[in-house]
Amino acid sequence: MLSRTAANLFWMGRHLERADTAARLLDVGQRITLLPNTASGYQNEWNSLLQASGSATLFAEKYGEISQENIEEFIFFDRQNPSSVMSCIEKAREAGRIVRTALTSQVWDALNMAFQDLRRIERTPRDKIDTASLTDITTSHTSTVRGAINATQLRNDGWHFMNLGYGLERADATARLLDVKYYVLLPRIEFVGSGLDTYQWQVILRALSAHRAYHWAYGGDITAGRVADFLILNGESPRSLITSLYEAVWNLEGLAKRYGDTVPTQARDKAREVLGRLQAHDIDMIFDEGLHEFLTWFITEIGTISSLVHEDYLLGGS
Amino acid sequence: MTYYNEMYEGSQVRDPYARLSQWVETMPADFRQMKQAEAEALFRRIGITFAVYGEGGDPDRLIPFDMMPRVFEQAEWRRLERGIKQRARALNAFLRDVYGRAEIVRAGRIPARLVYQNEAYEKAVVGVVPPRGVYSHIIGIDLVRTAKDQFYVLEDNCRTPSGVSYMLENREIMMRMFPGLFRGNRIEPVDQYPDLLRRTLESVAPAKCNDRPTCVILTPGHFNSAYYEHSFLANLMGIELVEGADLFVDGEFVYMRTTQGPKRVDVIYRRIDDPFLDPLCFRPDSMLGVPGLMDVYRSGGVSICSAPGAGVADDKAIYTFVPEMVRFYLGEEPLLQNVQTWTLWKDDDYRYVMENLPDLVVKEVHGSGGYGMLVGPKSTKDEIETFRKKIEADPGNYIAQPTLALSTCPTFVAEGLAPRHVDLRPYCLCGDRIELVPGGLTRVALREGSLVVNSSQGGGVKDTWVLSE
Repeated sequence: MLSRTAANLFWMGRHLERADTAARLLDVGQRITLLPNTASGYQNEWNSLLQASGSATLFAEKYGEISQENIEEFIFFDRQNPSSVMSCIEKAREAGRIVRTALTSQVWDALNMAFQDLRRIERTPRDKIDTASLTDITTSHTSTVRGAINATQLRNDGWHFMNLGYGLERADATARLLDVKYYVLLPRIEFVGSGLDTYQWQVILRALSAHRAYHWAYGGDITAGRVADFLILNGESPRSLITSLYEAVWNLEGLAKRYGDTVPTQARDKAREVLGRLQAHDIDMIFDEGLHEFLTWFITEIGTISSLVHEDYLLGGS
Repeated sequence: MTYYNEMYEGSQVRDPYARLSQWVETMPADFRQMKQAEAEALFRRIGITFAVYGEGGDPDRLIPFDMMPRVFEQAEWRRLERGIKQRARALNAFLRDVYGRAEIVRAGRIPARLVYQNEAYEKAVVGVVPPRGVYSHIIGIDLVRTAKDQFYVLEDNCRTPSGVSYMLENREIMMRMFPGLFRGNRIEPVDQYPDLLRRTLESVAPAKCNDRPTCVILTPGHFNSAYYEHSFLANLMGIELVEGADLFVDGEFVYMRTTQGPKRVDVIYRRIDDPFLDPLCFRPDSMLGVPGLMDVYRSGGVSICSAPGAGVADDKAIYTFVPEMVRFYLGEEPLLQNVQTWTLWKDDDYRYVMENLPDLVVKEVHGSGGYGMLVGPKSTKDEIETFRKKIEADPGNYIAQPTLALSTCPTFVAEGLAPRHVDLRPYCLCGDRIELVPGGLTRVALREGSLVVNSSQGGGVKDTWVLSE
């Protein structure tokens, strides 16, 4: 497979997953605006979510005030925001268009329809848009693309590159959303265990569409330890760090097996190592080590794996 | 001026259109709008769009698709096919000749100046004979019709004729929307084209290739207006679609960069123009090409389709000599007629053209896409005078032709069916064999009375049927 094709498939996966994350963020943002703006400041949540996604400064500069309209515009439509749904879907579609030959027509159809549909919404006057449906529309489109990939793509190297993109992006997104707690909790330690704290964890679960799943898995109250365990170490949780990384490793193993000894496997080796260290942790160790420190380490390692993928496969060996 | 209507003779429906005529007559009133919308949605979903150079605007603009097919009888098609293949053979013989001993020039049948001072003549490949002596592997010959048995060649496209994806997609969409039409009419298929193209490319692999040849399509990139077609063909042929940066030269071969390291490439179906192929040989500022490619080509390490320099055969000035080529190389009489052409660098022709501008079509020798041309009878006095000044400034840059009475084909317009002018571009494949699928791209001038069918000038496309016996 052409290195450029592989690179586009990889980034197509990453951008689709990123669009998905943005849509969930939009949902959370909307819930926050529905809450009373009390002194304890639910609105801080919003800021910290933006902080985690790395776009707080951009939002502050461009919009300032947190309102339903601003959040919607920024997270969904704004092309200056590289992580907005529109930006990500457009980039994913562009990548898909470049590698049309590597996609089945069902996948291209789904991807192109997502793009055309979002463009149609973009042209609609904002006051005619049912805000609540934006997240649903996005996740429904990204799920359709994902479904088409799983149902129709050949299980070849291209498939591994796409899923590798999905896996690494998902690991990164979950880690960043979890890290939100660092920004929120650090200045006000007295919140721990309070109603507000519980609510914050709920927000994160909701942002990861894991609200219901959590209850199925653990039952009972929402506690910091359990939520962190669910999102970091629980192999059943579809968006946990361990599940996402496991998928990345699985796809890298697939590539290594397919390509044989002549092609370097630095990315696979690194990903195996990180997975091994993750498996060696339990949640208490992580809290002892410091959640923020742990997540920072993890996010850096994901970045390293991503660059090694480039070195191993995407430069074309010349 | 009267025009040949391909469907009606007076009020009588011609035989090949009999069933279509019934289809149109029994069509419910709202059915057409519904189907037209469906067709448009299908095109948009596939992503088949046409961006027009230099016009800006929506890069995802759709090329208008007309649902009324154009029909040829088997016998009509056979005659055309023979003529097209004959012409393709002559054009390749000409290219072989002018990059070799140039017998046709020595014999005084074509002026040396027109060949050697032609911009498309590539000195860098003189003496290089590509595999099987084929220079142009895909030849698009633009035809117009003026009467039942009267076809004229408007121009030859020997470099990288585009539009074949429309031929295939138009058929695909018609079959999907109107399966009944295809059951009722016996229509020759065209969907074998990609396989024939792949076979053609493989058949001209270099002698140094001793495995199954690796073919690729070389595209300028996804910003190119024909990118859809490039990826479409690559997909149907199951070969890689590469950009210049994906290829590199090492020693005597060309390689592509893959996830498993370098892989050798044997045949390049390039969709970029000669000057951009190799910055070391042609334009040093080209970002699209592959440095060193021409050295590999000249030493027989890779085949390039069409071969560099093939453009010299489809020049509008050379065009007037194609019938001569048929006689000279094949010893046959040409089956397809040229349009009478005045070349403005000849004094007599120049005088005649300047006196008759309002009746003529004047084109730039190197122009394409319907740009930079004058359609005399459809132009205002001012437009004609402005154009006259352009000709005076550089007469050698123009040719003129009579305004042809282009045939019309019924086309769906707001009020129903109405005649609109059409042309036809069949795609002839030249490798170890010369082949042609039964059909081609019919372009239609959607504006009433317009004779310009180019999609950049408001033209649309139709499915083109060849009925089997």
